[in-house]
Amino acid sequence: VKTDDLIRALAADCATRPMSLRRPFTMAMIPGVAIAFAFISRFSDRGRIFWGCSRNRDFCLRCAFLFCSLHLPHDWSCVLASRALKFAAPPPACDRSRPAGAGILAELLSVPAGLWSQKLIGTNALVCLKSIPFLGLAPLAAILFCLRQGAPEHPALAGAAAGLLAGAIGAALYATHCRTIRRFLSRSGIRWRLPSSPPLALF
Amino acid sequence: VRGEEQEKQWALLMRAGNAGDGDSYRRLLLLLTPVLRANARRGLAPAGMADTDAEDVVQENLLAIHLKRQSWDEEAPFGPWLRAIARHKMIDALRRRGRRITLPVDDFSEVLTDGGAEPDMLVADVGRHLEFLPPGQRTIVQAIAIDGASIADAVARFSMTNGAVRVALHRGLSALARKFRTEEP
Repeated sequence: VKTDDLIRALAADCATRPMSLRRPFTMAMIPGVAIAFAFISRFSDRGRIFWGCSRNRDFCLRCAFLFCSLHLPHDWSCVLASRALKFAAPPPACDRSRPAGAGILAELLSVPAGLWSQKLIGTNALVCLKSIPFLGLAPLAAILFCLRQGAPEHPALAGAAAGLLAGAIGAALYATHCRTIRRFLSRSGIRWRLPSSPPLALF
Repeated sequence: VRGEEQEKQWALLMRAGNAGDGDSYRRLLLLLTPVLRANARRGLAPAGMADTDAEDVVQENLLAIHLKRQSWDEEAPFGPWLRAIARHKMIDALRRRGRRITLPVDDFSEVLTDGGAEPDMLVADVGRHLEFLPPGQRTIVQAIAIDGASIADAVARFSMTNGAVRVALHRGLSALARKFRTEEP
């Protein structure tokens, strides 16, 4: 095939407009996250999410908070968090790290200093170490599938970003399930609970 | 300064092409070809590879530009996007031949002018992959790329619908690009 002929064929194909990357990304992320979600609900002992929602207040609160922190404008999630934590009105300039910071502070205040390191690491760090990459697998596959349709200028960086995002999704899903952070804030009598702060900070 | 104007023109044509203007798109590809060709020859010459190999890389580049054209952000400069594709395709080509060569970052603003002519004898080009395509796609790609038929001609000749011809052409071109990627050395 002469190059000029190839060009003619390509120009004839011009009208077939490929999708922008945004749509394939959404389309791939839906099954990706759904699979990870299915894993966590299957293997979690408290994971009868759809059936036992009312008995599963922790889980619902975490999901709700995660959803809010992802979808509401920054100020809203901040107001929500400070209301929930019975803090004073939030400062006008409030970014997304504040609710997480407030949560950590409240946790520190409510737990005796001697237990801080134990609380920080938790009792099932090994489970978490295995679960988070496992939960991130399906989202990672989805993200890589989408990246292949693009032309990243720095493939290594793009791959690293994909891994980070997949890890964050895995961690966020794991945080809805993790037992160690279930008792978050419970001693101080505050009824609302935050999901674990690391995924929140990542998002 | 010449390079900047050139890139602006490319971007203009590319935007028109992405909006469905086939003529502008064709002009863009025709403008890019000598640039890609000069770049390919310059990259392959140290590896002792012939101009015919360079033409192979040029065609692979054109296919990649075509199939990834939605990934160009219309607000962003065109040059870096093009350079990224050209660089990766060059590395692919060298890798297929099993060379280990460090590649200078090419600057398209210093385009050589001797990249104009296409070599007459092509030993390696997308044509050799045609036979691996499914029959339906092969006939359409052949008719349009080799016989010079238009979409309308192909519709009449194969008594297919317009949409079916377009889909077959698009899938055929995508399959050609995929063949390039998976080719054994």
